[in-house]
Amino acid sequence: MYYAVTIATLVTMALALVRALLGPTIYDRLLAANMFGTKTVLFLSVVAFLYGRPDFLDLALVYALINFIGVIAVLEFIREREDSGEKLS
Amino acid sequence: MTIFIDTLSWILLTAGGLFVFIGGLGAIRMPNLYTRMHAASLTDTMGVVLVLGGIMLQAGLTLATIKLAAILLFLLLTSPTASNALASAAILSGLQPKEGPVKPREKAE
Repeated sequence: MYYAVTIATLVTMALALVRALLGPTIYDRLLAANMFGTKTVLFLSVVAFLYGRPDFLDLALVYALINFIGVIAVLEFIREREDSGEKLS
Repeated sequence: MTIFIDTLSWILLTAGGLFVFIGGLGAIRMPNLYTRMHAASLTDTMGVVLVLGGIMLQAGLTLATIKLAAILLFLLLTSPTASNALASAAILSGLQPKEGPVKPREKAE
């Protein structure tokens, strides 16, 4: 049963990557990147129990924090760029 | 008792996998940024809660459960914050959401 969740998560990660490549605006890409990060946390948690190695949960915890800080940092970067009048797509 | 907890956790895990997949599909199929954000937030709340809840039931009362609870807490705190920041940045950059009914032709925007 862990396999079903793992496969669903992997498929969703692939779909998020497709959206990140297609995304018309830069915010679509950022949304897809955020989603990919959340799915990575889920994937790591499930894999930890699939292979019986609970150490992976620490990685998932760190990834959850890094992902949030990364998204906020990129948003701030985009805003700085747009304030200076540069056109981003 | 064990089989009851096992069944409950399998149900939660399957439902969580389904929600995660539906959210991924929505992020591909929805017509514009704000509707896509709605679909992505489905995976961030319902999917995460169901999947991590199912794993917690499997883990029982161990250190793993505490770590899983910490992950759940962090995700439930950070993902709405990130979504809010993303939406307000998009609005400020001039990307207006469409209002009113959408004609079928305009859907594939």
